[in-house]
Amino acid sequence: MTEAGVSAADVSVLSLDQLHKAFGALKVTDDVTLEVRSGEIHALIGPNGAGKSTLIAQICGEMRSDAGRVSFKGRDVTDLSAFKRARLGLGRSFQTTQLCFEFSVLEHVILSLDCMEGGSFNLVANPRNDAALREEAMHWIGKVGLTGRESRQVANLAHGERRQLELAVSLARKPHVLVLDEPMAGMGAEESARMVDLLGELKGEYPMLLVEHDMDAVFTLADRISVLVYGRVIFTGTVDEVRRNPEVRSAYLGDEAC
Amino acid sequence: MSRFNRFTLTGLVMLALLIIAPVVIAQTDWSGGLPLLTRIVIYALAVVSLDLIIGYGALVSFGHAMFFSLGGYVVAVLLHHTNMGDTIFGWEGTNSALLLWPLALLACALLGLVVGYLALKTRGVQFIMITLAFAQMVYFVLVSLQYYGGDDGLMMDMRNTMPSIQLDDPWAFYYLALTLLVVWVLFCRLIVNSRFGLVFQALRQSERRAVNLGVNPLPFRLTAFVISAVGTGLAGILWANYAEFVTPDMATWAKSGEFLAIVTLGGLGTLLGPIAGAAVFIGLEQILTIWTEHWMIVMGPMLVLIALFGQQGMLGRYLKGGRHD
Repeated sequence: MTEAGVSAADVSVLSLDQLHKAFGALKVTDDVTLEVRSGEIHALIGPNGAGKSTLIAQICGEMRSDAGRVSFKGRDVTDLSAFKRARLGLGRSFQTTQLCFEFSVLEHVILSLDCMEGGSFNLVANPRNDAALREEAMHWIGKVGLTGRESRQVANLAHGERRQLELAVSLARKPHVLVLDEPMAGMGAEESARMVDLLGELKGEYPMLLVEHDMDAVFTLADRISVLVYGRVIFTGTVDEVRRNPEVRSAYLGDEAC
Repeated sequence: MSRFNRFTLTGLVMLALLIIAPVVIAQTDWSGGLPLLTRIVIYALAVVSLDLIIGYGALVSFGHAMFFSLGGYVVAVLLHHTNMGDTIFGWEGTNSALLLWPLALLACALLGLVVGYLALKTRGVQFIMITLAFAQMVYFVLVSLQYYGGDDGLMMDMRNTMPSIQLDDPWAFYYLALTLLVVWVLFCRLIVNSRFGLVFQALRQSERRAVNLGVNPLPFRLTAFVISAVGTGLAGILWANYAEFVTPDMATWAKSGEFLAIVTLGGLGTLLGPIAGAAVFIGLEQILTIWTEHWMIVMGPMLVLIALFGQQGMLGRYLKGGRHD
């Protein structure tokens, strides 16, 4: 990640520049400027209805922005569709798990690896029989702690395991940024702790934009935090700065951070 | 038993039955047996093709009769001109299946490409309605072709010819149709398990996930749609040769509905299930029409019962099961 002469923390991988989105009179994304630098975990927090999901849809290309720019690896991707952004290396997880439930864990990671260039029109070759693909898939399955589960059908995985698989599916593509939409949502304390550990291990390797409600997780993992309220970023700073900021406390953290 | 083995086993049992059945029937004095089996095999070819896009891609086409009719009409019309001694754009024409059949399949592929491209801009119910609308257009075009018989359809004076295979011989014709069915099922199986098939199935299960893995959905769905159109067109070609007659009835929405019913009856997404579905559907039709003209009165409730209480059609539960969690 680090280029000669440039400190890793200075390089912006994903940047949003004055992004806007309105549904009628409701401004869901209001002049959002935000930057994810290489090597950092940038957390995005905000109360329900702050516009986090819409912002992620704009970042990933599922929703068009009314105005503003999205840049990824120094390239303007504002007008690129979701699948093109994905091919550039934008990896993501979803708030509600999006997986192919009939595949086995191994098949799903193989699918992910086989779609690096957008998928193949080869009507003959069975990717499940490709030893190199299998081996690489097993590596990523192991990386997220699902070893032993590879032949299990996705539908039969526990909720936490599905979240781990979503991560494996994204990691296998060697993404240049990971956009994680509430990866701890719906998890028990134990599963949640395991996911925090896992993300902690990946920190530094992959820049991440982490949307999360679990404040303990955010304060443990994040390098910087942006606070989104009613579509506006009201504050961006380090963990300590966010904790101390009175505006943030009144708008969002309330008693939790005291 | 693993899914692979269940598929192989079921396929081999079906194949053995379809090979032996005409021989057994020939020992009786039932003259309708071989034609019945031929119809089953031809229908099977169409519904396996339909299952490829419905069962594996959730693309519910309610217009596949348009490909069935187009395949049949292309060979019948070209044969008609050849026999009349006309030239077709300066070409003398031919009766050779090796030339006519690929031409008809090409026509089906082109129609599939156009219809698929437009219909795949939509999803769900809209997709069903658009495919239906296109099939109705084809139907009314066929009805309006007065020169080719309009409503009454067009007789073929003879079947197409093929080197070293006598298509006029009902036995040879049946086993040719069966061979084509086997090849087509194996081809579809290959596609389903291929790199292409993995992506195509992923799009059905979670389009959002697939798109965020870098997949552009349209080319994958369109490819499968065209392949499906070609398979159904081949069934139409065989039907025209079997009946030596084509009519606009081949393109009715009722025909598309029959195909859909058979796929559901046999088991979606299994390839083999629809073959069993075709056997039961065509077989029952044969038996019930002897008994009453209004055979749908009996068939209808049976389909409802199987849909409600069946294990995902006749073979869906069995063929999709056996996969260790």
